[in-house]
Amino acid sequence: MSARERPIRLTVNGTDRTVVVAPSMTLLEVVRTGLQLTGSKECCAEGECGACTMILDGESVNSCLVLAVEADGSVVTTVEGLGAAGTTPLQEAFLAAGAVQCGFCIPGMMVAASALLERVPQPSESEVREGLSGNLCRCGGYPRICAAVVEAARAGGPDA
Amino acid sequence: MTNFDYHRPHSLVEASELLSRDDAVALAGGTDLLVAIRNHRSHPAVVVDLKSVGEISGEVDIEGDLLRIGGRVVLNRLIRHEHVSRHFPALVEAASVVGSIQIRNRATLVGNICNASPAADTAPALLAYSATVTISGTAGNRSIPLEDFFLGPGSTVLARGEIVTSVDLPIPTTRTGSAFRRVTRRKGVDLASVNLACVVEPSGVTRFGFGAVGPTPLLAESTLEDLSTEDGWSRLLAVTSPISDVRAGADYRRAMLQVHSRRALRSAVDELGAAT
Repeated sequence: MSARERPIRLTVNGTDRTVVVAPSMTLLEVVRTGLQLTGSKECCAEGECGACTMILDGESVNSCLVLAVEADGSVVTTVEGLGAAGTTPLQEAFLAAGAVQCGFCIPGMMVAASALLERVPQPSESEVREGLSGNLCRCGGYPRICAAVVEAARAGGPDA
Repeated sequence: MTNFDYHRPHSLVEASELLSRDDAVALAGGTDLLVAIRNHRSHPAVVVDLKSVGEISGEVDIEGDLLRIGGRVVLNRLIRHEHVSRHFPALVEAASVVGSIQIRNRATLVGNICNASPAADTAPALLAYSATVTISGTAGNRSIPLEDFFLGPGSTVLARGEIVTSVDLPIPTTRTGSAFRRVTRRKGVDLASVNLACVVEPSGVTRFGFGAVGPTPLLAESTLEDLSTEDGWSRLLAVTSPISDVRAGADYRRAMLQVHSRRALRSAVDELGAAT
């Protein structure tokens, strides 16, 4: 451990983890490389694409723009934490709608959609579009992704 | 990212002390700072995280006739605040177009101002609503009008070690009409080519805030009577000096200023009419 490195505590997907980090490491880097949870993706690394979206203390954030040291003591949910106990209505709806093409944006989409449904349990299509506007899909699969979120809300309500 | 030391002070005194080094930077939401560090536009040796400073509030408070937006208030908190949407709808509209939901969950209003982008979306509305900035430093506290805060792109009057603890808005004593307008290349998650806000008082006093059409966000005042003439519009817009850049040409910006200022005034006057 170099002079600058320090241990931080995170509750990730319900499990308490302690990890040693350098101040310049992002939450995304620590979760991917330190904790080996590679569902969250790094893509633009400047808060445009949303592929790194995680839920930090109840709010969706771009984890590429959060220092790991800032998150010390926080509760984090990554895509791995969604549906840990079997597939959720949201995941079922993505599968049924064929919403996944190359798949790179999907972890961020799932987490952003989950945060949206937490706040707005029955969103309209336009609320879904607004709620996912921080997540880019390079395949352009937006119609099916939005349809899947609307369907998931219908099927599962806030538990989607 | 290149390495730096990280501090998370609990008091303003401690934070000011840490920020008095010329290679130290303040961290609030981090949505601009971390991008700047990663892109090598900022090379801090010390990052001072203000999120645990007790005297910097994460709340919107009403103190007498002022609405006080604490230095740690993130944009989504501002947007969802009942008093802000009641008294300052154009600010809510402006804050709602900054970045994405994920960005607005982290980015602070004060950070948006301190970043001093000429195109900062919240600045025109804050200027038009007569915002003041409360600043704390080792030499004491001061409060200045927002229009005196900006010096140029990325540059403010903040001295080394000074920290903005809140942005304060006078709560209107009579109903006002206001509007926000914005021109971008695409619909979402884009910087403005032109942004502006307009506030009209029942007396006819009219204030415009303009963004992305000068080296800083700009304030211009006029009256409804003056704005009934072309000369009045020329005087109002004389404060602006658009340039051509990657987002828009100077001519296009001038044209959009003309169109959108008039539309904003019309919306604000309609809103005022509906309120009285």
